[in-house]
Amino acid sequence: MGALSFQDVWVEYGDKIVLEKVSLDVPEGAFVSIIGPSGAGKSTFLRLALGQESPTRGRILLDGEPLSAEPGPDRGVVFQRYSVFPHMNALDNVLFGLDCAGSPLRGRLAGKARKEARAKAVALLERVGLGHNLKTFPAALSGGMQQRLAIAQALITRPRILLLDEPFGALDPGVRLDMHGLITELWLEHRLTILMVTHDIKEAFKLGSRVVAFDKRRHDPQAPHRYGSTAVYDFPLDEKKRRAIPPELAAMATSSAD
Amino acid sequence: MRRLLNARPNGGARLLLGLLPILALVMVYLLVASARHAENPRDKITPIPSAMAAAVQTMAFTADPRTGEIPLVADTKASLRRLGIAMVLAAVTTLVLGLVIGLLPLVNASLGPLVAAISVIPPIAVLPILFIIFGLGETSKIVLIFVGVTPVMVRDLASHVRAIPEEQIVKAQTLGASTWLTLLRVALPQALPRLIESLRLSLCPAWVYLISAEAIAADVGLGYRIFLVRRYLSMDIILPYVVWISLLAVIMDLALLSWSRVFYGWASPPRSR
Repeated sequence: MGALSFQDVWVEYGDKIVLEKVSLDVPEGAFVSIIGPSGAGKSTFLRLALGQESPTRGRILLDGEPLSAEPGPDRGVVFQRYSVFPHMNALDNVLFGLDCAGSPLRGRLAGKARKEARAKAVALLERVGLGHNLKTFPAALSGGMQQRLAIAQALITRPRILLLDEPFGALDPGVRLDMHGLITELWLEHRLTILMVTHDIKEAFKLGSRVVAFDKRRHDPQAPHRYGSTAVYDFPLDEKKRRAIPPELAAMATSSAD
Repeated sequence: MRRLLNARPNGGARLLLGLLPILALVMVYLLVASARHAENPRDKITPIPSAMAAAVQTMAFTADPRTGEIPLVADTKASLRRLGIAMVLAAVTTLVLGLVIGLLPLVNASLGPLVAAISVIPPIAVLPILFIIFGLGETSKIVLIFVGVTPVMVRDLASHVRAIPEEQIVKAQTLGASTWLTLLRVALPQALPRLIESLRLSLCPAWVYLISAEAIAADVGLGYRIFLVRRYLSMDIILPYVVWISLLAVIMDLALLSWSRVFYGWASPPRSR
């Protein structure tokens, strides 16, 4: 029984089947990478986990309880873009989660509670390397720094599971390497459970403790929309095997490299 | 040779280029006015500067013996009061309605069509109704401006709030924000700079409605005065009044602009060409 558990989940739009028969357990402390070609339902899968969408059939459980059908503080998220609030400086962006939890009416902590929250937020910002940019607005931060901020913002509320939606897809290769280091460290330090969607297959194998590939198992040439995607490969990785991409996926890796 | 589209004026050249057309216009007026004055010293259509200065003296620096007030000051006070009350009401209404319509699909479904329908009614067409309901006093003038500018502002703000990326709204919820907190801390701060922008654009129609209402039924006000002296072809009063109104409009516009720059610096787009 995992922290997040998908049980025979289907997603259908009218007669178009996007996901079929998805069963997946994300155990506590796992770093699951989701890969697959465009249109394989990766994003839909993440929207399910977020609660932005509900399955047509099947159940999604978080810690054994049915997942609430809207986004909530038990699931943190980092998107590729628009992940931080442009009208708040870095510190306020990170404080937002604590503000919401502690001050449901004004949305701003005050006095002692604010001081404590501020100390926490500053510590986290220093941890992700933004200690010198507390008062900087996102527009003045580089793409990599914005994603660092987004990660800090998501982690401050200690979510049960962290969802990453192609978080490093828009970054330069060098910056992306730095971010890989950061997310791996944070994963180990905070014992996070992470579900990451990516189209970069090398990234998936480098970061994940497990890689799940989504694709269509069957194709109907006359009615391609009648078969949905599902988890076709599921690789548990240990440290030794980590860097080797299995031959079944080598073709996919070359096709997604372009 | 550099292309024309790459030539950019800087500093003094920019100022000079901006002043040139204005100076040219003033020159043309002065030429026409002096020519007409030479032909007919009692000409009223294009008063020469000295005639306008005399008119400004009576209107702006001499108390009206009947009321004991300086006409320009009384007119300005009355007009700005009407405009100010109407714009504050419009801004508050726009903020409340624009936020809830933009953020909450349920409210959008119920109020959106109504606001869209109201915003296509020409406000001047409902002026008679306003006069019938609210009488000829201050209320109907304020309501005309309010009715004239608010629906468009509400639609604009609602569509701006609706355009906040879905990612931000989802992110706020994953950080524990309720509907109220999403409205208060995510939508409201991002709506405010747009509201100011919208107020700036709405000031122009607001002046139109103000002067129309004052022209039809008023006993004081900038629009009232212009339309009163029109009967005597007093261009020497009308022209300075028009300049004064333009000046007021420009000052309001600049005030709103600098307010937006100071408080919502994060929203100011980088300087364009």
